[in-house]
Amino acid sequence: MAENLKGNEKVFSTRIDKFFVGLERAFNFLKKFFVEVWVPPYEFKEVIRQCYRIGYNSLPLISLTGFIVGIVFTNQSRPSLSEFGATSWLPALISIAVVRAMGPLVTALIAAGKVGSSIGAEIGSMKVTEQIDAMEVSATNPFKFLVVTRVLASTFMIPILVLYTDFLALMGAFLNVNVNEKVSISTFFVQVFDSISFLDISSSMVKSLVFGFTIGIVGCYKGYNSTKGTEGVGKAANSAVVMAMFLIFIEELLSLQITNFFRQL
Amino acid sequence: MKDTVIEIKNLSKSFGDMHVLKNVNLDLYRGENLVVLGKSGSGKSVLIKIMVGLLTQDSGSAIVLGQEVSQLKSKSLNELRLKIGFSFQASALYDSMTVRENLEFPLVRNVKNLSKGDKDKLVEEVLEGVGLIQAINQMPSELSGGQRKRIGIARTLILKPAIMLYDEPTAGLDPITCMDINNLINQVNEEYKTTSIIITHDLTCAKVTGDRMAVLLDGHFGNTGKFEEVFEHAVDGRVKSFYDYNFIEQ
Repeated sequence: MAENLKGNEKVFSTRIDKFFVGLERAFNFLKKFFVEVWVPPYEFKEVIRQCYRIGYNSLPLISLTGFIVGIVFTNQSRPSLSEFGATSWLPALISIAVVRAMGPLVTALIAAGKVGSSIGAEIGSMKVTEQIDAMEVSATNPFKFLVVTRVLASTFMIPILVLYTDFLALMGAFLNVNVNEKVSISTFFVQVFDSISFLDISSSMVKSLVFGFTIGIVGCYKGYNSTKGTEGVGKAANSAVVMAMFLIFIEELLSLQITNFFRQL
Repeated sequence: MKDTVIEIKNLSKSFGDMHVLKNVNLDLYRGENLVVLGKSGSGKSVLIKIMVGLLTQDSGSAIVLGQEVSQLKSKSLNELRLKIGFSFQASALYDSMTVRENLEFPLVRNVKNLSKGDKDKLVEEVLEGVGLIQAINQMPSELSGGQRKRIGIARTLILKPAIMLYDEPTAGLDPITCMDINNLINQVNEEYKTTSIIITHDLTCAKVTGDRMAVLLDGHFGNTGKFEEVFEHAVDGRVKSFYDYNFIEQ
């Protein structure tokens, strides 16, 4: 079809072709994951190794960010609440914001930057240096060893990191509230747990699982399909982050609609 | 009667508009070292990648140890791959693993019921064979180019393959290290009784390691035979210039 067109039409047509080819490739990659994840042999040892890398190695950055988010958000919310003389609502406001949206979102965005880029770059460099081919010729399924393990690890670890971020953000918020409003830790956490429901926590966890899966699968897909040597590795890492972040926001929006639907039941 | 290990029949492969291999025919006989020569981009690596199922031909057949590679299901293909050792141009060692882990990788996944002692013994044996036992706990990034090549070859030898495929074994190495690698290829052939295909454009490597040469020109095998037959009495200008360039360069 593209051969019979000229100039801009041809460029446009080629782009559309490329888009659909890319979409098909991504779909097949996703399909392959769901097939391979059930087929033995299972690479348990590698899954554990990846869980450690994704989870433990992200802790310092997540800890700092979570804590600062708690302090900053509390500080920024205080003036608005104090206008209505409602600063006592700060713990409730913060807990809802942190558990429902900020904890999962901040963790996922940081992990997309740190974990997604590292997966994209690592698999990309393995691809261009023929390490993936080397696995294949030694009768090992590289998709199972590299992709399935990393996607599973990020799917399991992101919800755990989200819980940890939530806790640290609340601790940051408590520090701020304690200094300014002289609220004790027990009063603070009673208000926190009074204002959040089971639906808040469960939707946050389900959402985090989806975010973790997205970060893993996008990083692996971009790395696995990288070309053009070292330049391609850089592009794979970069596009893994951009695409994962974009999808995380879309998923956040969708999860908001779904959770609101359940809230109204 | 010679025992054919690999049989390539009318094999063609294109990438877009680029026709890399055009109706190529080639036989590899048990116990021989066949050197495939040709310019960069002439399709030498493509040919051996088709033999292990990393690429699929457009037409024709690649029969390895009596099996048509492109027709094999995943399980049978993996069984066949265990009989073939593939040494990659850039060694393709796993960056995140030590030398020991690199060597254990194919072993633990393909040999059942192997005790830790047996595993260690096999790894040490192969490393001693390539003269790099001292590098056992090093990371690939700590090794020189020649050492990486040796470890790459050791990793393929651990499963005791019947066929060895070397993709540019001396590319990017100094002449002395090249000679070491050439000697290693001959040593492997003797010790492991392998049948080999050596892809190269290094004529010294070809002369030292090869029993038979096959020159790939414009997608076809132009000349095949012993080194002297192919090069020293070459009539084809392209083969002659290939020979002249290699030896004048050195």
